Amino acid sequence: MSDDIYREIILDHYRNPRNKGKMPNADVSIHDSNPLCGDEIDIHMKIEDDKIRDIKFEGRGCAISQASASMLTEMVMNKQLTSVKDLTKDDILENIGLTNLGPARIKCALLSLKVLKLGMVKYYADRDPTSAKKLAEDSRAL
Amino acid sequence: MMQKGLLNVKKIRKDFPILKRQLDSGKPLIYLDNAATTQKPLAVINAIHDYYMNYNSNIHRAVHQLAEEATAAYESTRQKVAKFINARSTDEIVFTRNTTEAINLVAYAWGRANIGKGDKIVITEIEHHSNIVPWQILTQEKGAKLEYIGVDDSGYLKMDQYQKHLDSKKVKLVSVSQMSNVLGTITPVNDIIKMSHERGIPVLIDGAQSVPHMPVDVQKMDCDFLAFSAHKMLGPTGVGILYVKREILENMPPFIGGGDMIKEVHKYETRYNDLPYKFEGGTPNIADVIGFAAAIDYLNNIGMDRVRDHEIDITRYALDRIGGVKGVTIYGPPNPMDRGGVVSFNIGDIHPHDLATIMNDHGIAIRSGHHCAQVLMERLDVAATSRASFYIYNTKEEVDALIGALDEARRLFKI
Repeated sequence: MSDDIYREIILDHYRNPRNKGKMPNADVSIHDSNPLCGDEIDIHMKIEDDKIRDIKFEGRGCAISQASASMLTEMVMNKQLTSVKDLTKDDILENIGLTNLGPARIKCALLSLKVLKLGMVKYYADRDPTSAKKLAEDSRAL
Repeated sequence: MMQKGLLNVKKIRKDFPILKRQLDSGKPLIYLDNAATTQKPLAVINAIHDYYMNYNSNIHRAVHQLAEEATAAYESTRQKVAKFINARSTDEIVFTRNTTEAINLVAYAWGRANIGKGDKIVITEIEHHSNIVPWQILTQEKGAKLEYIGVDDSGYLKMDQYQKHLDSKKVKLVSVSQMSNVLGTITPVNDIIKMSHERGIPVLIDGAQSVPHMPVDVQKMDCDFLAFSAHKMLGPTGVGILYVKREILENMPPFIGGGDMIKEVHKYETRYNDLPYKFEGGTPNIADVIGFAAAIDYLNNIGMDRVRDHEIDITRYALDRIGGVKGVTIYGPPNPMDRGGVVSFNIGDIHPHDLATIMNDHGIAIRSGHHCAQVLMERLDVAATSRASFYIYNTKEEVDALIGALDEARRLFKI
């Protein structure tokens, strides 16, 4: 089973994360952690015309959480928020190729999506309260 | 009859039904998470079962036969606990939910009456969150200060710092773990208590890890408070024990108000119950307290000296074997005589949660994470560690299996 999880691509993103680092002039910055594991993720975004112009993450934690965050940044870079805000748990698990994780480890894989959704909650808070509310609900369910 | 010599682990294992279990991986269970909670022998499971099957009843009140039997069984556990830690009297033994609640009881009842503005409470960097957060809450509420005794790179307390805190003359309480749940460090509680008592300062000992694994004698140690949990020593969850010296307990205001902790209740005033009942408000966890007696009997039958010897033996072996794996860092005292049966480590850049997942494929249950000791994690400058912890039913063959799984992890992560 571990052979299926710790594949080359996961280890590659864990050891050589993409889009990792600080972003001084971010439009949205958001942090969350997974109390169970202590995994931590910060996501920073520059958003123009409802489009993610740049995204960076910072964090520490297990290979699954960090690789998942790295892959998520690639997935949403230069995408319209309208398409990003409806991303689901299954979209992420398929994207990283881990569809049979146990309940404890799924939290690791989904932490970055949760943080991204919380970031969009912040962005939409005044602009589109209905979307913000739905994103907040989505993030709680992750 | 107390036995002698090395433990007959093969025989002991037969008393633990769960150790026969096959896991989803098809592997037999190798349980190395004993610092979190231990498994339960059949005698404990049967005692709880027997209570619910035959004499389930509330205690201390009704006069019918079931209530008398239940009260007798509940109070007999208190006697066994008092004897187990050599308390002078059962009046000094208070049942709580767990160690955490026991420490909170002291912080709330004793602390609020005795800690004031500018006072200091001294703890250490190795403490579990349960011996940090209650004191943060109390000192913040009172305008008091929380001070730490640091830990050196080998996991020993920096006693010179302790001396400095004491010299500041503001210290009103010292609260220290007797055994670290991460490093295994056995702390010099006798010295700590002696130095503190020379200045008239009471000491709370967090015995959550020590009482299950070594002989602990409250009179010899002369601590003022001792907190520990049944579930880490073969007993059920939901039972904690707070020992308090009678002269301190007598002067403590109550903790939880309600039934059972009172003698008389009038419209605007209450006369509280005698010790220790004054501190046990509401119906307690009767079944599990009764089950705990069977756990104490089981440990007494083995003898705590032999429990300790077994753990020194297996810990020495584990330190040697795990330390021999390429890329491994082990935390805590190198000498097994100075530590309990807990080995925390990291291997290369493998995060402990990834390692625990790989271990799980091999049927091995280890703990990974910050172990409710984030202050210590910050001191060690690690986000998390993996931890193998042992008890009376663990074998060197199980340590060998752990090593095999570590080799597998190294292969997967190419270390």
